Parts: sequence; C-alpha cells; structure tokens
Amino acid sequence: MGSSSSRLSNVPNSQELMQETGFSAAHLLRLYERFQFLDKDNKGHLRSEDFEAVRELSKNPIGDRIVEAFFLPGQETVDFPSFVRVLAHFRPKEKNRSREGAQQEPEPANSRNQKLKFAFRLYDRDGDGKISRVELLQVLREMLGMQVTEEQLESIAERAIQEADLDKDDAISFDEFRKSLEKVNIDHKMSIRFLK
Amino acid sequence: MQWRDPTHSGYLFRLSTDYIIEANHNVTNYIPESALLICFGFILGGIIWGADKVQTFALSPRVFFFYLLPQIILDTGYSMPNKLFFTNLGGILVYAIIGTCWNAASLGLSLWGCHQGGAMGDIDIGLLQYLLFGSLMAAVDPVAVIAVFEQVHVNEVLFIMVFGESLLNDGVTVVLFNVFDAFVSLGGGAIDAKEIIKGIVSFFVVAFGGSLLGFVFGLLVSLLTRCTKNIQIIEPGFIFVLGYLAYLTAEMLSLSSILSIVFCGICCQKYINSNMNENSVQTVRYAMKVFANGSETIIFVFLGISAIDKTIWVWNTGFILLTLLFIFVYRFIGVFFLTWILNRYRLVPLDFVEQLILGYGGLRGAVAYGLAAMLDETKVKEKNLMVCTTLIVVYFTVILQGVTMKPLVNWLKVKRAAITELTLIEKVQNRVFDHMLVAIEDISGQIGHNYMRDKWRNFEEKWMSWLLLKPSARKKQDHLFNVFHQLNLQDAMEYVTKGERRGSLEFIRNESAFIDFKKRFDEDFADAMPDIMADKADEQDGASARRRDTISSVSLEMHEQNMRGLRGADEINSHHLLQQHLYKGKKQHRHRYSRSHFDINQDENEVQEIFQRTMRSRLESFKSGKMGVAPPKTITKHTKREQQPKV
Repeated sequence: MGSSSSRLSNVPNSQELMQETGFSAAHLLRLYERFQFLDKDNKGHLRSEDFEAVRELSKNPIGDRIVEAFFLPGQETVDFPSFVRVLAHFRPKEKNRSREGAQQEPEPANSRNQKLKFAFRLYDRDGDGKISRVELLQVLREMLGMQVTEEQLESIAERAIQEADLDKDDAISFDEFRKSLEKVNIDHKMSIRFLK
Repeated sequence: MQWRDPTHSGYLFRLSTDYIIEANHNVTNYIPESALLICFGFILGGIIWGADKVQTFALSPRVFFFYLLPQIILDTGYSMPNKLFFTNLGGILVYAIIGTCWNAASLGLSLWGCHQGGAMGDIDIGLLQYLLFGSLMAAVDPVAVIAVFEQVHVNEVLFIMVFGESLLNDGVTVVLFNVFDAFVSLGGGAIDAKEIIKGIVSFFVVAFGGSLLGFVFGLLVSLLTRCTKNIQIIEPGFIFVLGYLAYLTAEMLSLSSILSIVFCGICCQKYINSNMNENSVQTVRYAMKVFANGSETIIFVFLGISAIDKTIWVWNTGFILLTLLFIFVYRFIGVFFLTWILNRYRLVPLDFVEQLILGYGGLRGAVAYGLAAMLDETKVKEKNLMVCTTLIVVYFTVILQGVTMKPLVNWLKVKRAAITELTLIEKVQNRVFDHMLVAIEDISGQIGHNYMRDKWRNFEEKWMSWLLLKPSARKKQDHLFNVFHQLNLQDAMEYVTKGERRGSLEFIRNESAFIDFKKRFDEDFADAMPDIMADKADEQDGASARRRDTISSVSLEMHEQNMRGLRGADEINSHHLLQQHLYKGKKQHRHRYSRSHFDINQDENEVQEIFQRTMRSRLESFKSGKMGVAPPKTITKHTKREQQPKV
C-alpha cells in the first residue's frame, strides 16, 4: 500500500469519506481514478454530459434516472464526495457488523434502509416522499417495451398501487414501499463487488 | 447388408433419427434426445447381432477420440459465453480440478476397500487398477451434460458451472489416467516419490500446455481471418481445419487435446466474428452445429450398439452396484463440500437447490467409455468388467438421470415459487434493481468483478485488437457511440434553432423516427442521421400538433371509462403483461447453449427502443436547457408525452 497511500493524499477528504462511506483506501482510490476518468476536461466535478459519455448507459432503460440520482436537488454538478456517497449505497453488507454498533453510529450508507431509500428516490423524482400514480406510470413506461399500450400500462400501475397502497391515498409512501419489498433480499440485489 | 464403414452408416442413422425425433417434440420434452438415441442403438445393435451373430460395430476409441469428439468440443468452445465463463472461472476450476481428483480417489479407494472386504467376489484387480478405474470414471462428460441440460433450462450460472467443469476436467482426467496407466505398467513396487512428483508436474504441463496451445491456435485463426479478405468463400474452412489441428497437435505432444480445442474456440470467437463477413459467420455457425449434432448422434447410437455384444459382458453385481452407488454419493459430497468453500468467496453464493442440481448433473458419458476401451488387456485383466461397468454407469446417468433431470428441476423450483407469488411491485422492482446494478457498474467502471479483467480488457483493446482485427472491424468498435452521440447533439442544436422559429419540435414527439442500427454500422454516419430528423418536421406546424393533442386526450378519457368496468379481469392480465414486456437487463441477454435452436437476437429490438427513448429524452432536456425552461423534473411534461397514442 506504500505507493497508493501517496496517491491517496491527492484524494480530497479521503479520511472523512472512508469513515462516512465505509470504503477502504484501495476502493476509494480506484473510485477516484474512475471519477477522474469520467471527468474528461479535468474540471474537478462531473456534469450530466460526462455521465452520458458512458456508452452503455444509453442502452439502459433507467440509465438517466440513475444519473439524476447522483445530482443533489438543484445542483448541476457532482463532486467526488457526492459521487462516492451514491456508490456507497451499493457496497455489499459486511457480515460481521454488530447490532449494537449500528444504533450508535449514523446509519451506514449500505444498510437495507438506505438502499431502499435510494431505490425509492428513483421513482419519486419530485421528492415529495410519495410515489404518485403518475410517477409510477413513468417508470413503467420506461421499463416496458413499446408494444404495451397506454391502457395496459394504466392497468398495471393501478394494480401495483392497489397491492402496495395500505392507507388508500392513491400513492405509495416510503413505508408502504418498504413493506411491499419485505421478502426481497435487498442486500443481495443491490450490491456490487467493488474493485480495488 | 455390408455396412463396413461406421461413419457412413452413422450419418444415415443420424438423418433418420433426427427426422423421427424432430417429428416427436413432445417426446423430447420428457426424454432427452440422448436417451432416445441410446435406446435406438440398442435396437440397432440387436438387429445387427441377430443378422451377423457378431457385433461388427463398436465405438472404437480411435474413431471416438479422433473423429467424433473434436467437432463437439470445437462447437462448445466457439459458442461459449466468454464473459460468463471467465467470471465463474474460479469456481469452475475448483470443481474441475479438486472435484475430479476427489471423485477419482474416493471411488478407487472405496472400491478397493470393498474388494478387500470381500464384497466383489473373486476378481483380479489391485489397488492401482482400482485407482485407474476411478480416474476414468471420475470425469463429468461434456457431451452428456450438453445433451441433458439442453432441454432443461437452468439458470446461466448453474449451467456454466457444470458445463465448464465438464470441459476443463479433461486436463485432470488425462493426467490421472496416464499416470495411473504408467503406474500399472510399472507395477506396484516401482512407485516412489519421484514418480508421484512427476505425476503432479505432468498435470501442470498437460493442462497449461494444452490451454496455451489452444490459445496460440486461436490467435492463428484470428490472424488468418484478418488476411482472407479476397478468399471469403473458403474462410469457414480454415476455422475447422485449424481447430482440428489444435486438437491433433495437442494429442501429438501428449497435452490435453480437449483443453486445446476449447481454448482455441474461446479465443478466436470474437475476432473471427468481427473479421469475417456475415455469410461466413453464419456458415461457420451452422456447419459447426451440423457436425457437432452429427457426432453426438453417432456417439450415442454407438454407445447403444456397443452394449449388444455377448463377448464383452461380464457381470459382477458387487462391482457394478457399488460403483454406481459410490459415484452418486461421492459426487454429492464433493459438490457440497466444495461449494461451501466457494460460497465464502462468491458475491452470489450458490444455494442448496443449485448445489443439488450441480451434483445431480455430474453425468458420465462417452469419454469414460472411450478411456475404458483403451485399457490394455494384458495389464488390466478385468478390462471387460470395467468396460461393462462403464457402459452401465453411462446408461444410468444419461438415461435415468437425464429423464429425471427436468422433473427434478421443475419440482425443486415449484417448491420455491409456491412460497409466495410475487407482487407487481416486486417484479418491477427486481427488474429495476437489475438495470440499476448494470448502470452503477457501468458508471463506476466496475465491469465485472475482477481488476485483472479490466487490465486485460485494456491490453486486449490496445494490442490484440490491433493485431488481430481487420482495420475496418476495429474502427467499428471504438468510435461508434461517441460519434453517433456527437452527431446527435449537433443535429439537435440545429434543429432546436430551426424548430423554435416554427414554434414546435415535432420530431421529438414523432414515434416513427426509426434508427436503423444496421445502417449505422455499415454506412457513413452522416447518411443515417438526416433520416431521423429530415422527413418529419419540415411540413408539420404547430397547429396540427395541437390538434393531435386534443384527440388523444379525449380518447384517453373514453378508455378510462371502459377500464373501470374491466378492472376485475385486468388483475391477472397485469401480471402477465409485466412478465412479457419488461425489458431484460443487459446481463440477461441470454447465452442459451442449445444444439438445435438458434436465437436470432431479438434483444436488438429492445436495445433499439431503449436507445431511441433515451436519446429522445436527452434531446428534450438539452432543448429545455437551452431555452431556459426548468429541466424536465416536472411531471407535466412527461405526462403530455405519455398521452400520445403509442400503438
């Protein structure tokens, strides 16, 4: 780790970031290299065009939503800490995290709750804390092929809301969202192995 | 009837059996083709025996190893899903190497132990010969695995584990067999540490040497296709010739020939598919399937025929039954133990059901029979017993396990699925997760989970593609999306300025804008671009657009009223719709290994749709940025778009 630590010093706020996100130094360094790679003009921050240069994203039905999730509301640039914070959600959960520790510290980014919140934000673009029928329709539209008609979409959305909406306000709140996904192994489904 | 040449008659059989089998697809749903072929072989063998009173045909090892096996393996190498294979390579190697050694050792030692205990009566087999027998029975057979798993569509990872194991264990099998064969020749006394070390070293030489040789031949083939621009008609021929050459060269050097031809196929796939023109690629693909299918058919038929021969049959209940038992049991033990170790290092652990299928899929096949037939009778007195036992084991695994595999898979799955029926939200969300992970991996540059792979990719793009791809093919890979994107933006800018003057940006809302992917690859990009924009907007003006808007909103209202009545029936339909129409994630574009079915890439349409939609929304946000309108986070803009009639 001798050579990498000298480069680690180039990473701004590395210690705090490691503390906050739980990434190791090696991971952080790699992510920083990736950040610099994406930041083609060396501006020190990323704009949406930089994300769009990742070619596979244009073939991803929710690629644009994911990119949006990196940008804090109202901001048009993503700096490195924000970049890392979003990616921290996808860290696999450590097996040896003790129960007591989890209550004292602020909730780690890759806890089940945080992962769900991230997923929720993808649907809830206007940030009002509820997935309205219209927002759900949008996501469905993006995820389904062109052969599906409007009426069919509407019926799917209607059914989905019926299944999940417990307080009958015609929208899915975060708690209802979380409840409907109880049986899904979120840790599994929302983790990627990070490289060093 | 003088059918002297087995291969001629083999092809005749193949034609007839294929016709019969294709006409009976219902049958093959329950019984794998291989089992049917073996039974057909029994019948044929019976006829021949009845006619000649002597078995004129048998599967000779020479014919099998030199004329029948190579095509099958070349086909598997060429159609191998590389990414999946290399991602799971660690696990595959563990099963192939350690698993096979465990199988061989445990089987040999247990049988010997039973022999000592007197369970087998009076047969003349020593410890070394038991180990030899163990080594030839240990290997999972690629031909049998393909034949059985082709009908049973297990998930990709499971398939590649079994399949990869069956291919790579040849390295171990060859070494073990030769080592023990040499030991048997030497006799028990001459074995000392030196010999054992020689054995271990020879493993590395054989396995790595074979792979390296295959790799070299793969490069050769790729280089060759780079230079064959003027003789495209015979390009496919080179593939086969060089593939076979890889096999023979490895045999000649006493390296693992299967490994050699597999890696030749794996290595050359990408380059020859890019270098050769579409017709040649299709020819190669089809020809490979024909040869592989033909060989497989012949092999199974002959496996059946070979059994109908009174001269070779020796029955020893203890030996045979114990072998069957031990093979089965030790396979499961081996799989469970190794998976337990592996799961601590895997991101996606293999669960219990998958391990069961993995264990159950340890089929033995013609390779074991071929090796048994190669035994030297003077050294191994009980060769016939071993051959018979091998045949019985092969029948057991291919027929019995083959037939029960599908029901087993279904039964186990049914158990899991019956626990809960997924809600719509769960289904959608699962797919969202898949797409999400793919996107995050792409953004964060974690393409796969191996840093070495990343480095390899860079190396490969820089050096190997430079060397092995035709210049035209190379260009197609690099700049494609970047240039297209640039042109998109350029045209969009022009268009925005034009459109603002007219008061509408009709082209964004027009559904029939069609991006022809084929065109994009072949022609100048500049040609493709105007197609999208040019036709649509020149004559349209704001008025007609507005008119269209009102019509669609009216129809939607009417639809809504209808829907309220139909709501009950729609419940079932919604699930069904979702199932059918959700976009598959990038990683799920399936590599389904099938001998008889080609999936022409239907995913192309999906990719096109997604791409089109993404580009459109980006243009829209681009436009809004330019005009100082708020970025399309507001919902209203989207709903307006959604209300356009889509069908």
